[in-house]
Amino acid sequence: MHSKKAPLGLTIAAFGTLLFLHVPMLIIFLYTLTPDETTYTFPLPGFTTKWFGIALQRADLWRSLILSLKVATIATIIALILGTLAAAAVYRSNFFGRESISFLLVLPIALPGIVTGIALRAAIGGFDIPFSFWTIVIGHATFCIVVVYNNVLARLRRTNPSMIEASMDLGANSFQTFRHVVLPNIATALLAGGMLAFALSFDEVIVTTFTAGQQTTLPIWIFSQLNRPRDRPVTNVVATFVILITFIPIFLAQKISAESSDTEGENK
Amino acid sequence: MLVVYLGSLFSLLINSFYYIDDFSGLIIREFTLRTYAQIFTPANREIFTRTATMAFFVTIASAVISFPLAYYIAKYASRRLKTWLLIGVTIPLWSSYLVRVYSWKLILAQEGILSYFINLFGLSGFLKWLLSFEGIGGSSLALSPLGMFIVFVYIWLPYMIIPVQTALERVPNSLVEASSDLGAKPLQTFRTVILPMAFPGVIAGSIFTFSLTLGDFIIPLAIGNSKFFIGQAVYSYQGTAGNIPLAAAMTIGPVAIMIVYLLIARKLGAFDAL
Repeated sequence: MHSKKAPLGLTIAAFGTLLFLHVPMLIIFLYTLTPDETTYTFPLPGFTTKWFGIALQRADLWRSLILSLKVATIATIIALILGTLAAAAVYRSNFFGRESISFLLVLPIALPGIVTGIALRAAIGGFDIPFSFWTIVIGHATFCIVVVYNNVLARLRRTNPSMIEASMDLGANSFQTFRHVVLPNIATALLAGGMLAFALSFDEVIVTTFTAGQQTTLPIWIFSQLNRPRDRPVTNVVATFVILITFIPIFLAQKISAESSDTEGENK
Repeated sequence: MLVVYLGSLFSLLINSFYYIDDFSGLIIREFTLRTYAQIFTPANREIFTRTATMAFFVTIASAVISFPLAYYIAKYASRRLKTWLLIGVTIPLWSSYLVRVYSWKLILAQEGILSYFINLFGLSGFLKWLLSFEGIGGSSLALSPLGMFIVFVYIWLPYMIIPVQTALERVPNSLVEASSDLGAKPLQTFRTVILPMAFPGVIAGSIFTFSLTLGDFIIPLAIGNSKFFIGQAVYSYQGTAGNIPLAAAMTIGPVAIMIVYLLIARKLGAFDAL
């Protein structure tokens, strides 16, 4: 299939684009080491690692981090449960309005976050619900569910339905079938979807600004620094931390998805 | 959850028909179109035009820039390399949106790394010339629409690469070979064979680049001058001004544009390329 070698120009352009996508994040790593507190001078006027220690001692950062972790964990759990149920419903039954449900479920990702955000904000205001931990969680769950739903549905569609039928024929009830046949089949899809959902929630800022009220998640903290930079070096450290904490689950999730579609390609 | 989501969208719609009392600053809950009338004031019309223009150019640029990498992944990369390249594209798609915006604050800063290299290559005169243009320029890259444009392209590019790559994947190699066997030059093959077949992918990608640029408020807040974009306007109306009806009405704008866009895209076969 790949008999020809790529023209040099194309190869350079392709890898150049890839660099363009990744180098900016590396630049943040570099800037965590700058001793310069007030500007972004390049080349760096020196090197220091003191900002990591300073960031560790900031109580406001710890509070934000814990809030973000809590929100991401709970939003992911909700998404895993509801996303799987929604995927199972769309996959199994042929109920009225199935197509529109599956279209509606993708909306939170296709529409810009600001629409979800202002919509939730309008609802929160309309019903006089006070801003709380749970308003953030609900906001995040909207898009987390979509991710889990997509992953699980894709996997279910590639699962052989005769396996489920066989299990039922052999006398398993639906719970047993789910537990012993369906769940092992979709386990890696759940893992991938869950990790993506967690990473998405952990650095989400647009929806959060509308649903958080006065609470500060870690991305909100960074966002406030974008407008009025006060702690530039500490922000660099926090940004690096956010990159690392989201990079790992996303990388693993992508790897899982790539491998599962690979092995299925070989089975065909 | 779906109920919460749809309920919220519905309450957004309802809110857009309320209005805010100028004296008391309270939201009056009665049906009116006067909030919509406010959208058509010259200031707000300008915001819409500015945002749509930016979204348009970001989409065009993303489509052009996405091509080499998408084509390389689809046609030349070995199976192993392809997996890695795709991971390399999807990681920035999913991860750290905010931090990726933030990184450009460092890069575009007047004393920052980009200026350093521009000076190093003696291009600062050229940059000054670019920034002198009304509409795209400003006092520095970090404070200009041009800088904002770069950041938008950077952030949304993966959303374009993936569908274009998927579409290119479906162009049979034999078709490309047949075209060149029949005497077409590479450029001709590209224009008459590859491009039409990749087009649904470009449209699919443009749904994201266009819609996401329309609604974004983080980038215009972080980079760029003080001129408002739709998202920023919505954000400030609901925040400091507490004018949820106007914010809601302004959101209906992009939503309407996107629905029309999605319908056209479906007609052009873009959904098959997703």
